[in-house]
Amino acid sequence: MPPKKITTGLMVLMLSATLPLAHGAPAQIITSPPPARRAVLIDMVREDCGSCHGSRLTGGLGPALTPQALKGKNPISLKDTILFGRPNTPMPPWNPFMSNAEAAWIVNRLMKGFPHAQ
Amino acid sequence: MRSNLFVILFALFALQGCATQPLRGTGDLGVVVERDSGKLQIVDTTARTILGEISGLGDLSHATVVFSRDQRYAYVFGRDGGLTKVDILRRRIVKRVLQSGNSIGGAISQDGRLIAAANYTPGGVKFFRSDTLAQVADIPAIGADGKRSKVVGLVSAPGDRFVFSLYNAGEIWTADMKAPAHPVIHKFTGVGKEPYDGIITPDGRYYLAGLFGEDGMALLDLWHLPNGVKRILNGYGKGSRRLPVYKMPHLEGWGFYKHYAFVPAVGHHEVLVIDTDTWRQAGVIPTYGQPVFVVGQPYSRHIWVDFAFPDNGAIQVIDAPTRRVIRTLKPGKGVLFLEFTPRGENVWVSARDSNKLVVYDTATFRRVTELPSHKPSGIFFTPRAYKLGW
Ligand code: HEC
Repeated sequence: MPPKKITTGLMVLMLSATLPLAHGAPAQIITSPPPARRAVLIDMVREDCGSCHGSRLTGGLGPALTPQALKGKNPISLKDTILFGRPNTPMPPWNPFMSNAEAAWIVNRLMKGFPHAQ
Repeated sequence: MRSNLFVILFALFALQGCATQPLRGTGDLGVVVERDSGKLQIVDTTARTILGEISGLGDLSHATVVFSRDQRYAYVFGRDGGLTKVDILRRRIVKRVLQSGNSIGGAISQDGRLIAAANYTPGGVKFFRSDTLAQVADIPAIGADGKRSKVVGLVSAPGDRFVFSLYNAGEIWTADMKAPAHPVIHKFTGVGKEPYDGIITPDGRYYLAGLFGEDGMALLDLWHLPNGVKRILNGYGKGSRRLPVYKMPHLEGWGFYKHYAFVPAVGHHEVLVIDTDTWRQAGVIPTYGQPVFVVGQPYSRHIWVDFAFPDNGAIQVIDAPTRRVIRTLKPGKGVLFLEFTPRGENVWVSARDSNKLVVYDTATFRRVTELPSHKPSGIFFTPRAYKLGW
């Protein structure tokens, strides 16, 4: 488990020393998107990802994306899955709709328990 | 005398609890799934109003609903494996069971006595008495590969049968449930890669499964089971690149005109036209986005289509004889579902991200009204009770 050292309210959360290094992957900085965009992304995950993964992210046609289900998985490869999809599976690429940093933020939040829409 | 009557009436009302209402039928009622809040709205399609809400139905993402044959009870299949029997008149939950870990939908038998639930985890179909929700049978979906598979495309069929598809194993099974303790199962293996949904033709004869893993569909003639499953529309996408699919299409309440069926093309901005005499592709209609639902308007030449993300802000109307799109409507953001009143004069549309239901007059394409709804998804009207398949 990564230590909880998130200070809410900060736009930039320095999680670099926690999640990725646990897997020997390069450090990455998780940037929380501005509030308006954040709300859009939360909705997108709950609703549009939710159509395959369940709006509670407990799984459907796609696997569960809960902290328990993602525990121990490499966040960088999860982020790549989101951005580029998985060929020959229904998982589509989301890079037309979000940036690399936003996908990294989504993975980070999925692994900690995804926020609910306001 | 007068006071006696008053006392009797009062006692009756007290017995009925707080949801006291005048006598009424249920034929013009329906339910709308508010999936984030785990609620159902009860709607009246004559007055075009929301009569009330029922909460406590659990995780309703991808929830589907079927109705008892008397149109009084709705059976709600939730994502969390919850199966809830709801009294539409009294607006309350009659019974709720958690029947699996993850469910995708269900159907009610021809005679109305059995409810079948299709499950992802553990993959299989469970059967319940529609009166008590007591479980009567369980069919684990273990494919020829020996592995448990997610079940999709469960439909009810004539003869108290059910038909469903195994997503992972690529199989279609039929289960004859005349004697629920002894289901008679026929399995068809190797029907194609990743069936994602299934449907039965209005004459009750054919079961058709859409395939996600390849371009094509699997067809089973329920009148001639020994003939097995036939592959149709092989490689229908040839020539045009398949686009990523951001929402799985549905095969439900499909469009029919003469002997032509209209179905979504997976990964293409197209509706496919199938000749159901030959089961060959008879045409293709370019659309605004990737179709999710392609639904025929009752007693009409029109077929209505909604679309997958990111084109889910519009719906289109196709004129079946000329195979042309004649209208593009923008009901709101995140359109998920359309349901016609039984005779087709109105269509109700859920616009999830606009938090509303939009009701159109199908003759003029004008909005009749809008009703507030929190993240609405599925809309189900009680006349579904009389249609086989659900
Ligand atoms: C059309 C269905 C569909 C949609 C929509 C969808 N996914 Fe997926 N997703 C899948 C499937 C199926 C898999 C499993 C792929 C496989 O078999 O490897 C998957 C896998 C994943 C994985 C990898 C999980 C793991 O344990 O390896 C992540 C992360 C993921 N999806 C995130 C998302 C996010 C975030 C969204 C929305 C932005 C999304 N998905 C939308 C179908 C979907």
